[in-house]
Parts: sequence; C-alpha cells; structure tokens
Amino acid sequence: MDENTLARPVPEDAPAAAAAWVERIRRKVAESGRTVRLMEFCGTHTMAIARSGLRSLLRGAVELVSGPGCPVCVTADGEIDRMLAYCDVPGAIVATYGDLLRVPGSHSSLARRRAEGTDVRVVYSALDALQLARENPDRPVVFLGVGFETTAPAAALAVKTAREEGLGNFYVHSAHKQTPPAMRALLEAGDLKLDGIICPGHVSTVLGAEAFAFLPAEYGVPGAVAGFEPLDILLAVDHLVDAALGRRSPDLWNGYPRWVRPGGNRRAQVLLNEVFRPCDARWRGLGWLPGSGLCLRDEFAPFDAETRFPAAVPEPPARKGCRCGEVLRGLLTPAECPLFGRACRPEQPVGPCMVSSEGACAAWYRYGPGEEVRA
Amino acid sequence: MTERVTLAHGDGGEATHRLIAEIFYPALANPALLQGGDSAVLDPPGAGRLALTTDSFVVHPIFFPGGDLGRLAVCGTVNDLAVAGARPLWLSAGFIIEEGFPLADLRRLVGSMAAAAAEAGVQIVAGDTKVVGRGQADGCFINTAGVGLVPQGRDLGAHRIRTGQAILVSGPVGEHGVAVLSTRAGLAFETPVVSDAAPLIALAQAVLTAAPGAACMRDPTRGGLATALADLAADSGCDLVVEEAEIPVSPQVEGACDLLGLDPLYLACEGRLLLFCPAEEAEAALAAMRAHPLGRGAHIIGRVGGSGGRAFLRTAIGGTRRLERLTGENLPRIC
Repeated sequence: MDENTLARPVPEDAPAAAAAWVERIRRKVAESGRTVRLMEFCGTHTMAIARSGLRSLLRGAVELVSGPGCPVCVTADGEIDRMLAYCDVPGAIVATYGDLLRVPGSHSSLARRRAEGTDVRVVYSALDALQLARENPDRPVVFLGVGFETTAPAAALAVKTAREEGLGNFYVHSAHKQTPPAMRALLEAGDLKLDGIICPGHVSTVLGAEAFAFLPAEYGVPGAVAGFEPLDILLAVDHLVDAALGRRSPDLWNGYPRWVRPGGNRRAQVLLNEVFRPCDARWRGLGWLPGSGLCLRDEFAPFDAETRFPAAVPEPPARKGCRCGEVLRGLLTPAECPLFGRACRPEQPVGPCMVSSEGACAAWYRYGPGEEVRA
Repeated sequence: MTERVTLAHGDGGEATHRLIAEIFYPALANPALLQGGDSAVLDPPGAGRLALTTDSFVVHPIFFPGGDLGRLAVCGTVNDLAVAGARPLWLSAGFIIEEGFPLADLRRLVGSMAAAAAEAGVQIVAGDTKVVGRGQADGCFINTAGVGLVPQGRDLGAHRIRTGQAILVSGPVGEHGVAVLSTRAGLAFETPVVSDAAPLIALAQAVLTAAPGAACMRDPTRGGLATALADLAADSGCDLVVEEAEIPVSPQVEGACDLLGLDPLYLACEGRLLLFCPAEEAEAALAAMRAHPLGRGAHIIGRVGGSGGRAFLRTAIGGTRRLERLTGENLPRIC
C-alpha cells in the first residue's frame, strides 16, 4: 500500500485549497449551532491528522476521535506474550515490523529480548522475512504477522511462496485482523455518539469501499473513505459534516477513488482467501470478536508458527492504570489517561498506543493536542 | 587475497608500527602527528577561549552514498566546534577495529578523514588503534576529539535566544539519515539520496561575519531538526515556531520518508547549520549562507515566540503541531 502514499496527485496549491475547505466546514458547522463528532478509524489517518495540525484547524467545530485502526495497538497482551515465546526457540530468527519492537508484553518486549541476545530482525515486509528464511536454511524464521487487510496479503504471498519453494524453516504467527468486525463492535457498544466515520483508505483499496456500506445501511452512520493527504481528509470531513447536519442523507462515500476501485483489489482478496480463514480474535479494548481474525488455513498448517512451536502462555495480568482500551474505542482522548506523558512516554511505554507509529497516544505525545500558538 | 586487520595490528608491536607507518602517517601527515610521542605537544593558539568536544562514530553501514565513517568522524567533531563559534584546530582519532576488517577499507576511511580534515582546515595530531576479536565490534568504530579556539567576545548558545529572533537552516534536512537508512534497508532509489556530511566551519564563519549578533548555532545531527528545536526551546525557555512550508526538504528525501514511514524533521543532518539571529540580521545571514556552496538551499524557517519552552510547527495547511524530541529508534511503520 505504500505506493499509494508515494503518489502525490495533490495540486501545488493544496495548502490554499485546504484553508478554503476548513473555512467552508467551520462556517457550515457554526451556522448549525452544534458541533460534529467524527471518528477516524485508521491509525494512518490519526497520524496524518496530528502531523498536519488538522485538529487545531477544526477545533470547536469538528471533534476528531481516534479509533482502533492501529494494528499494533489492538494486539492484546496475551498475543504479545505469545510472540515473545518464539524468542525461546533455539536458533530462531524472529522477524517483525519495527513498530512491534518496543511494545511491552506483560514481562518483556522484543527490543529487550533482542538486547538479551535473541536474533530479532526488523523487516519491511513479510517477503523480507521469507528472504531471511532462504538465507538461513538451518534456522527457523518466525515472522510476526500483525496488520489489517492491507498487510495480510503480503504475508499470504510469503506463505504461498514458501510452500511453492518447499521452504521448511519459514513460519508465520498470524495476528492479522479484519477491520469491518471491529467497526461493528464499536457501534454495537453504542456509547460513542458518532456523527460519522472516516473509513480507512488503504483497507478500502483491498476490500473496496463496499466493505463499509453497512455503516449507513445497518447503523445509520455515514461513512467516508479518505486518502491520507490533509485535503483528502478535509473532503471526507466535509462530506460527513453535511450528513451530520442533515444536508444529505447518510451514505458511504468513496472520497479516495484514485486508489479505491469498485470491488477493491481482487487479486489481494483471492490471495487472502486462499491462505487465510476468518477466526475469532481478541482485540485490546474490544475483547474477543467472532470472525475478526485471520488464521492460516489447514493446508498451510506446516507454516503456522503457533502449531510448530507450541507454548503455554499464562493469562497476562491486567495493566494497572493503562487506559489504552478506552483510547482505542474513542471513549478517552490520550491526554485523559492518567498515565499519559507521566508514567507512559514513548521511551518508557506502558501501553502499545504510546509505542506504535500509528498509535493515538504516540500521535498526541509527539504532535501535541493541536493547540493554537501565537508568534 | 584480501589483506585484513589482525589482532597483531593492535598489540602495540611491529604490526601496529607498520599499520601506523603505512596507513595513518602518509594520509594524515603533519608535524605534530609525526612527532610520534605519547602526546602531541602543541603551541597555545592565541587569545580566546578553548572549545573541546568528543564524539564516537559507529555508523552502519560504514560506507554510504555521499560519505563514510571516516568523513563523518571528522565532520561531526569539527561541526560541534564550529557551531560553538570556535575555529577548529586539532583533532585526535581513536580507532576500534574488528579483527578481519579489510585493510583496503581502513585505508579508504583514513583517506576520507584526511580529505575532510583538509576541507575543514584542521590537523589530526594524535591517534590510537585497538583491534578487538571478531564479533566484539562491528567493523570499525572511530572516536574523535577536537580542540578549537573561540575568539574573545564571542558567546553563542541557547541562553542567548530571545523573543523575535529569526530561525534559519542552511539547507535541505534529512539527507544523511535517508542515505544511511536506505542503504541499511537495501533500498535502491532511482536517484540515490546522498549524505550531506560536510565540515561547516567556513559556512559558520561566513554566517558569523554577516550576522555578528548571532545568538546560537546547532548542527542538527541525531534526532534531526525537530529534536534540535525541541532541545533549544527547552533550554532557552522560549517558544519556537517554524513553518513547515519554509523548511527545505528534497523531493527524494520526501519520497523516501513516505515509503519508509519516517519524518524528515527527525532524520539526521551532518552538514546543516541551524541559526538563531536577530530578525534584522536574518536577510544578511541568509545571503551569506546562500553564497556558500553548502548553504545554497538555506531558508528562514521561523522565529522565536514568547516564553514557554515549546517548539511548534505551523503545518503547510496552517494547522499547528508540537515538535517533541525523537524517542526510540526511527523505525519503519507497519502499514
């Protein structure tokens, strides 16, 4: 999905255009005499919003609430502990995305295990992990697969390729998750009072925007698929504001058509279905959600790290004071967590929301709450 | 067969002597070094205050587009002196070399150090070589220390940052960081990003002549521009406000950062100067930077606000966000 963000079809005068859209949105909301509350589901949107200062520009008119669309953040403690157990496999190379490195489990982290001697490698893609397996035929390589429908196809391709090549030392721990079930769970809980949801652009390139049509159809909540430039996000906000203020009926709008095609990416979907099957998965903050995970199908069992290297992992103790779960559900802003910026900082994280480069707490810590500044 | 460094090269005996005589002396020759004593004995440099700094260099990979460990080891220390307003005079160089390191690579590193020292107008007057067993170091590490002279009456530092001053940067940021990270990640870009590693002494001197009221200079290395600004905001007690649209970033760096999920404001520069000077001297300082080959891409990027001690970025679309110090490794994102 990275080529999406590389392509920058945004015109040179984007800053001026963005200012005009901000003005237009603020005016509409002001006339209505109320404010609008939207959730950006996806962590990449959370980061883009914080980086571009959109929250400061919309302050007092549109509240942007961060959702659970950060795959590292929603990985539950027990699953992190399970992944750490691979560090005890003799000779193992544990391959992971960099984001996961410093996420604390209940007793350690991959970064700490690396410092203690485990061969932990940071990879950019599942295919890099596959390459590690080819280069180290006498050592087991365990790839920690964390991500949504965007990263899962690459993991599927790696597993399929490993089978074609007859690689006997490549294993995947699949903690991949699907986004629509999480969105349903958020709305089922009914405590969010959202006027609309900014839907993930990258996930939609794979699934198609249709995957989120249930938002207006079943819950009456408007949705807008957005790209990741500030202007993309503003267009989605504008669309959702119109729906919230009754200027249009709630619908699912594809505001990212330059990448999100009807039906999504069929090849990626076929690959996903071929290698993975839906399974129950536990989400931090949301608990067990039926059918929300992606597990390896039985025919790919030889590549399943969990069955190849079984380990008994005790139920982790509850995190004291960490409100990550409520932050992920949009019930708390990061700054409302009592640990934020005090006991929990990026270099000393208590919860994963402070570690991941897409975590809401990391975004708030790094970029601030979007205050005004005079100079 | 490749000639390699062996443990014998570090034992202080004949092999060490040969290494010094064949690699270090020819490249770095100057009278103080060739004294060959246990200490370089140097004449006092004249009136002023002495500046002393040290830095260890462990960059991986050792060779990267636009530079190498040797060039970095000289530039890093020279630049720390230069931004203190000092004229760098002498450096020492300590090598910790892993057994098996190719002698040709060592020769290349020392050659780069000699070239960078000549560019910067400093002499490497003292050195040391240690060899450690295989696996006990990663190729080669270099420590350099440097002495410089700060002319009388010159006082630069965060304590002189005041409300209303202008903030300038001498060129595009993040190039060293991307050059190293992309080499490490094995990413080949069509247009490779080249490290900006360069000695800043001439540029710094030109700026100080053009803007005699200059308050503070920094070279934003590890942690990049954002971390340098966050540090200086905290140290000065002033809010610093910079404009995203004014901060120079090359399209290649921007593209690489998009791909790797990095923020160019947090990537290391090794040849950029961050300057705080009175607003009325900003244009003169800018002109002086742009007149120098290393400062062609200079920009005025912001100004010092009121008290507060925080660094803010005004984004291209007019929003505001904080600039905090870099935390942890600059890691690639996951999706």
